[in-house]
Amino acid sequence: MTKWSQIFIKSNLLVPLVAIVLGLLCGALVMWLGGYNSWSAYSALFHKVFGSSYDIGETIRTITPLLFTGLSVGFAFRAGLFNIGAEGQFMIGMTAATIVGVKLHGLPAIVHAPLALVVGALAGGLWGAIAGFLKSNRGVNEVISCIMLNWIALYLSNYLISSLVLEKGQQRSEMIQESASLSIGWLSKALDNARMDWGIFIGMICVALFYILLWRTKQGYELRAVGHNADAARVSGINVKGSMLKSMMISGIFAGLGGVFEVLGVFHYQVVTAASPGYGFDGIAVALLGGNHPIGILLGSVLFGALTYGSAGMNFTANVPTEIVRIVIGCIIFFVASHGLIQMFLKPRKPGRKPKKKGAVDGGSDLGLG
Amino acid sequence: MKRTGMRSASLVLTLVVSLVLVLSACGKSNNNEGAASPSASSSPSESASASPSESASASPSESAAPTVDGKGKKIGMVTDLGGVNDKSFNQQAWEALEKISKDTGADVKYLESKKDADYEPNLNNFVKGGYDLTWGIGFLFADAAKKVADQNPNAKLAVIDTTVDAPNVESVTFKEHEGSFLVGVVAGLTTKTNKIGFVGGMELPVIKKFEAGFKAGVAAVNPDAVVTPNYVGDFSKPDLGKLAAATLYDAGNDIIFHAAGGSGNGVFTEAKDRFKAGNKVWVIGVDKDQSIEFGNDITLTSMMKKVDQAVYTVSQDLLSGKFQGGLANAKELGLAEGGVGLPDNNPNVSKEILDKVEEFKNKIVSGEIKVPTE
Amino acid sequence: MEQAVPVVELRGITKRFPGIVANDNISLQLRKGEIHALLGENGAGKSTLMSILFGLYQPDEGEIYVNGSREIIDGPGKAIKLGIGMVHQHFKLVQNFTVAENIVLGIEPRRGFSINYRQAHRKVSELSEQYGLKVDPKVQIQDITVGMQQRVEILKTLYRGAEILIFDEPTAVLTVQEIHELMQILRNLAAEGKSIILITHKLKEIMEVSDRVTVIRRGRVIDTLTTSETNESELAEKMVGRRVSFQLDKEKREPGPTLLQVNHLTLRGSDKGRNVLTDVSFEIRAGEIYGLAGVDGNGQHELVDAITGLRPIESGSVVLGGVDLTRKSVRDRMSAGVAQIPEDRQKQGLVLDFKVSENMVLTTYKDSRFGRGGFIDEKAINEHASKLVGEFDVRTAGIHVPMRSLSGGNQQKAIIARELTRDPQLLIAVQPTRGLDIGAIEFVHERLLQAKNEGKAILLISYELDELYKMSDRIAVIFDGQIMGELDSEEVDDEKLGLMMSGNRLKGEGGGAA
Repeated sequence: MTKWSQIFIKSNLLVPLVAIVLGLLCGALVMWLGGYNSWSAYSALFHKVFGSSYDIGETIRTITPLLFTGLSVGFAFRAGLFNIGAEGQFMIGMTAATIVGVKLHGLPAIVHAPLALVVGALAGGLWGAIAGFLKSNRGVNEVISCIMLNWIALYLSNYLISSLVLEKGQQRSEMIQESASLSIGWLSKALDNARMDWGIFIGMICVALFYILLWRTKQGYELRAVGHNADAARVSGINVKGSMLKSMMISGIFAGLGGVFEVLGVFHYQVVTAASPGYGFDGIAVALLGGNHPIGILLGSVLFGALTYGSAGMNFTANVPTEIVRIVIGCIIFFVASHGLIQMFLKPRKPGRKPKKKGAVDGGSDLGLG
Repeated sequence: MKRTGMRSASLVLTLVVSLVLVLSACGKSNNNEGAASPSASSSPSESASASPSESASASPSESAAPTVDGKGKKIGMVTDLGGVNDKSFNQQAWEALEKISKDTGADVKYLESKKDADYEPNLNNFVKGGYDLTWGIGFLFADAAKKVADQNPNAKLAVIDTTVDAPNVESVTFKEHEGSFLVGVVAGLTTKTNKIGFVGGMELPVIKKFEAGFKAGVAAVNPDAVVTPNYVGDFSKPDLGKLAAATLYDAGNDIIFHAAGGSGNGVFTEAKDRFKAGNKVWVIGVDKDQSIEFGNDITLTSMMKKVDQAVYTVSQDLLSGKFQGGLANAKELGLAEGGVGLPDNNPNVSKEILDKVEEFKNKIVSGEIKVPTE
Repeated sequence: MEQAVPVVELRGITKRFPGIVANDNISLQLRKGEIHALLGENGAGKSTLMSILFGLYQPDEGEIYVNGSREIIDGPGKAIKLGIGMVHQHFKLVQNFTVAENIVLGIEPRRGFSINYRQAHRKVSELSEQYGLKVDPKVQIQDITVGMQQRVEILKTLYRGAEILIFDEPTAVLTVQEIHELMQILRNLAAEGKSIILITHKLKEIMEVSDRVTVIRRGRVIDTLTTSETNESELAEKMVGRRVSFQLDKEKREPGPTLLQVNHLTLRGSDKGRNVLTDVSFEIRAGEIYGLAGVDGNGQHELVDAITGLRPIESGSVVLGGVDLTRKSVRDRMSAGVAQIPEDRQKQGLVLDFKVSENMVLTTYKDSRFGRGGFIDEKAINEHASKLVGEFDVRTAGIHVPMRSLSGGNQQKAIIARELTRDPQLLIAVQPTRGLDIGAIEFVHERLLQAKNEGKAILLISYELDELYKMSDRIAVIFDGQIMGELDSEEVDDEKLGLMMSGNRLKGEGGGAA
């Protein structure tokens, strides 16, 4: 169980903390230059996130999809793949859940909701597997295929929603059946009507699954081996193609689940939209923030979600224009994401850089040898 | 050496990725023309960069409020994904609220929505903050406004472009089909090729209303003319709009009516290119008088949708204690109410045609003609 | 001793890298016209020292004298100006330029605005003749052998007026004949008054060609000896710091039954459709080390891939212990008893970012002893790893540190530990001692012999003939994807192997199985 404890060791925690502080300072500077009171802006942000039970609930609601797409991107990263297609997998998961949620009648909630959830998750997984298949069997770079698949997912979703379940005279699908809902009514009531659903709890379970799968199973061992060194994995008899396919599929399932809760938990309908919601791209930032570790991703999504939701407070209470709010958030994310930069600042004062030692000597002889 | 090389490579990668993320986060506000904003005009507006601080500091003393006193009252507005500077109805609505603030001394404030999920908390932000009226701009607010209104029966809300069945919500919609009918009349009488194009943003019910009214208008005066629709699939892609327009012009259409928001700008660009090359083609604008931005060389006329007027009127009603919520009081602004129609000045439309337009307008207002909506 | 001013004198050179002293107060004198060998294990500091002399690094302490005057060498340009030239291990030549163009690159003789190629050709020919290099200035680099390319590198330094030449591991890439010729060239150069520093860890070459030898260990000079007054074992002892046994107990044993049969293996190249292996057949018996000699790139990698199942074969078959493996997957072959020590241990043998413990089960994690039901039993893996690390003396800060943090020798030990404890029938070892120091080489060789004595069949592929002589029971030569012939270790000599390695079939042998 070394991994769990490792997260909390000093250096792992120090770098993101310094990054957040630097980001806040940089944001404060921007606000100061723009003539706004950064202290009141930050306290407004804080107040917006924790100010009322409603806000706490809605912050959690903001965090949920980010957690799922963050896990999706992070999982693929661990397996050596850059899943820029979480966006499309999210859309497809959403669409599948909507169709199952709207079209099936008369099922008890105990069957209908989980069924819609599983179908949505699998649909997202299959969408991811397409990119995985193209990569493993045809050598198509997953970044390229994922970008294409994102567009296909958007338009396919729009087409399916408009042709199958469109609410008459509206730009959105019909409401899902009550039996497919994954909202938690009593919790919403308790939190002043904030939209609460099972997403965050399933998300926590996914955090644990992410860890167990990658570090506690042989399958995960294979996926990580392929991710770090596909050549060595192949020589060691691991089915590299199959691993890539599985990685993208699992990654897609995580993203698909995010879409499932967005529709079954938050909206209860799906909108025909000109642009996808962007959670998949936010997920890349979350995975980066979290260093591709499940706990890190959880913390990253909390940070990202809180900033996103709280920024409305900066605008509303402290009168900071949204443009500046976005710059401030950008600063914080920039510093956290570029943790290498922070490490560079922190390193020189730390004596005894053990791992670097050998590198330096190697570097020396390499130069000499040519 | 190899190792340090890899490390710095990954550092560079991290930097690039984070930079891209930051940039894309910043760029979003411009790219995300709201899906629900079917039409966008772009009259150059001095107050385009209006910030809430400006409006908040607008001192009530200098406002001349002859009839209504809004001092101490607060009105909030939630934009859809387009944001407050969308050069379309979000901006029109906000300009109206700024005017209210100036005229009555009421406090006004807006919140922008970055995702669909933001509608509800943003509305709640105003409602729970004790605002006297909260606007939701765009028809995606239907469900969010309904929910918030039901949960807060003492709050007052108003929505544009959709109808909410709640006693504390005032709904304002427009009969876009009626206005479209009239520009259809103009197009039907102006066309020389008997081929007329329609460029839509996305195939949504709202946009279908434009198309249906337009077709009916053309058919009423020129049964031989054919209207060909061409949907772009997006409200913020001028390049696609230009392409759609080129296809229609190449097929012999000499007039295009667009209801495609930012994509519609491409229709004007294409028309301008053709005009410069010596081919006379026309565009019919939407929402605002688009000849102000794109000139009279190519703008035949525009189908105006007076969102600003509606927001102003409803806000003023509230301040003077005449707020009327509920389905029964839902406003549907058509030709009769002056909510839609042609601009006052139409230098490119002949007197005879304008007379014809006036004639049809009266028939619609009197109910003699019923304009179809789909 | 100090009869004349040395051409190069290094005094008290110290160079520190973060956490380590690469050169610790090193002093060295190079006399005019001598061949001075610099001997040391990998990481001893030879290359760092020469990089300082060539101006690539600045020393933290110490002084450099060239022809008696103190110089600050702040870059290779300065070094060249002082008459110092370096022949790198990896050549820096433009492949589609001619020899002459490469040699004059950057300092072309000009006539007006155009390059005076006639003058360049003439001067290159002159130099080539003077030192017996036999290089044709008009051919393109891509058309000449590695040995010839090295001579072009030598000419490059001579053309720039080098009086002092540094050779960095020059024989690592050469065939036997080419090594002989290089030794002759070195002697010619010295006879013409050039002073030469030869960096190497091959004792045989030092004994053959050098006048004096300086031994460096862990950044310090251990001793400077006159070659004629020393011997290989003394040098080895000084280099390693302890006694080294050269004589392995390669007992001649009666080999067991045939284990591996490779029959008429043909493999097409991935690019042009040309055969990279043509009708390759051989057998290895239990308790036998079968050495495969040949210059790199003559089909060795493809042969290994074909046996391990990494590449599909065109025709032929691979049989191990009576089981036909030809159509089996990599994993199936592994469970049938094929094990590999890959040539590129970091790329193919290990996952450097995995922990040591995780690497120790890279080929065995599927075993039920490391977890049931798809789960991993970390305790079992840790125990296994600790056992292997202990048994095979893998020097590591622990089994939970990343494999990356281990030295090359210990990484190799880890692979050998992992593969040998799998108890395979066939062990394929490709360049198993590449880049290792003497101590580690010794260890690897002992373990291979031990495996042989346990009755395993071993295929040893190496570009170092000494290693093959020392280890193998039989040696075959591969050239252009074909087996040129097979010799018993007793009847083998440099000349025969050299001929086969350059493409000549052994008389009286068909090139087939024994």
